[in-house]
Amino acid sequence: MLSFIGKRLLVAIPTLLVIITLAFALLHAAPGGPFDSDKVLVPEIRAAIEARYHLDEPVPMQYLRYLGGVVRGDFGPSFQYQDSSVNDLIAQGLPIDLTIGLLAMGLALLIGVPLGVVAALRRNTVWDRAASAIALLGISVPTYVTAPLLVLLFAVSLRWLPAGDWGEGALRNLVLPVVALSLPYVAYIARLLRASLLDVLHTPWVRTARAKGMPWRTVLLRHALRPALLPLVAFLGPATVGVITGSIAIETVFGLPGIGRFFVDGAFNRDYTVVMGVTILYGVLIVLANLLADVVQALLDPRMRP
Amino acid sequence: MSAVLALQVDGLSVTHAAADGARTVVSDVSFSLPRGRILGIAGESGCGKTQLLLALLGLSPPGAQVGGSALLSGQQLVGADRRVLRRLRGNRIAMVFQDPMTALNPYLTIGTQLAEVLQVHRGLSKSQALLHSQRMLEAVGIDAPARRLRQHPHELSGGMRQRVLLAMALLCEPDVLLADEPTTALDVTVQAQILDLLLDLRERLGMAVVLVTHDMGVLAQVADDVAVMHAGVLVEQGPVQQLFDAPQSTATQSLLAAARQLSPTAQGLV
Repeated sequence: MLSFIGKRLLVAIPTLLVIITLAFALLHAAPGGPFDSDKVLVPEIRAAIEARYHLDEPVPMQYLRYLGGVVRGDFGPSFQYQDSSVNDLIAQGLPIDLTIGLLAMGLALLIGVPLGVVAALRRNTVWDRAASAIALLGISVPTYVTAPLLVLLFAVSLRWLPAGDWGEGALRNLVLPVVALSLPYVAYIARLLRASLLDVLHTPWVRTARAKGMPWRTVLLRHALRPALLPLVAFLGPATVGVITGSIAIETVFGLPGIGRFFVDGAFNRDYTVVMGVTILYGVLIVLANLLADVVQALLDPRMRP
Repeated sequence: MSAVLALQVDGLSVTHAAADGARTVVSDVSFSLPRGRILGIAGESGCGKTQLLLALLGLSPPGAQVGGSALLSGQQLVGADRRVLRRLRGNRIAMVFQDPMTALNPYLTIGTQLAEVLQVHRGLSKSQALLHSQRMLEAVGIDAPARRLRQHPHELSGGMRQRVLLAMALLCEPDVLLADEPTTALDVTVQAQILDLLLDLRERLGMAVVLVTHDMGVLAQVADDVAVMHAGVLVEQGPVQQLFDAPQSTATQSLLAAARQLSPTAQGLV
């Protein structure tokens, strides 16, 4: 298992290199630069700034210089936030995204798994229809609609919870963004688990378990649930990264100082280093999450063990 | 009663709910099976053989209507309480399924899948149950049984998995063993071994066996009595030799004709 993990990490290096190269090339191919703005800079000042950030060098040279920094773990200075390095921005924003994202995923599992199981076991009953309706709603209504609605209800009308602000991560401040972020994932998880559990419940080996006189609880928990979780685990790897990185709408609605904001601002301002840094971070997260999902799958399924 | 009846089935019928109305898959089936006898049920695929066995276990698909009567050592199975049925299944009446490749749970070790039967029905601890399971694996002719207990189904050959399924069904020494095409998926040598095993166990444990197959050659080797099923109805039944010598129904004749073409064993016997 350890050598399997080692091999996967080695394979990840060329993957990341391709991501870095593509992102670098695309950014530099895009028109405009970090110091283009409405007011025209004095040519001497502009040249001085560009020299400071090595933007006067040929692009391949800049690429190699950047790559050297990345290898040392240095993502360079931000062009827009003059006093911060990209490492600083990530160190500032990532904990917020991780907290919100992981809590949202946890909540989604906590609600989605039982919902999916009930829907599968009570197939074509009121329970199943209700669960499916909730799921459909969760999938089709986007976060930027549910989030303001939640704010309207719980912050503005009922005044139970704050409408936004990170508030040093106080639980009161976390509730609304976490709930809003988790809703679509509750829906995905419930639907995925319902489908896979129904598949497993119709397998010959579940019939064998019932023919052996196993109690219903044993049939479900020991024989059916474990294989039914496999597709869910495969989904959870990339989905967890998605929930950590894809919370830009949430960050905006609730005014949270996460990474997503830097990413979007960076793209508009051609803040090369910020965009590159966040891209690499997301790439690493995806590689790690997929690896983790594969390891968990191998633990669940003896046939997948390397 | 001279011979104790292990299984007595009277007018059993199974009707499935289908999109275009109800569909009767087993119709008015009656037979009786004394202890220690092997009844072969023959019939082409889809004639209702498997549905008959599932109805005896109370495992007919949801929405199916089961009528008539089926007594397991005097205990009514049709319409019995779910909890009563659950305690009988795998315990007093056990089933060996058709496809050894899919009938075992690929995610659990052989040991877990065997031991849970004894844990549930006999209340044994896991270690006691494993010990007993190991002896049963040995009894069905599996080598290195202790190691097999720790293996997963995909690490075993088809023949070995079929033996595991058989061992699983025999753990509680049931009154009646239902075997659904237990040898169809196996090659001829393994098939002969499994059939010998079945005969031997019947002898030792005195259990009654319902052996379902479409292969008349297999029945010629092991069955005491044969019933022929066609379109959900038992069209003919009787002692194996009588049925083979003077088949009455066209269904029996065509099954025998098919066997003659395919199987040299059957040809010799008929």
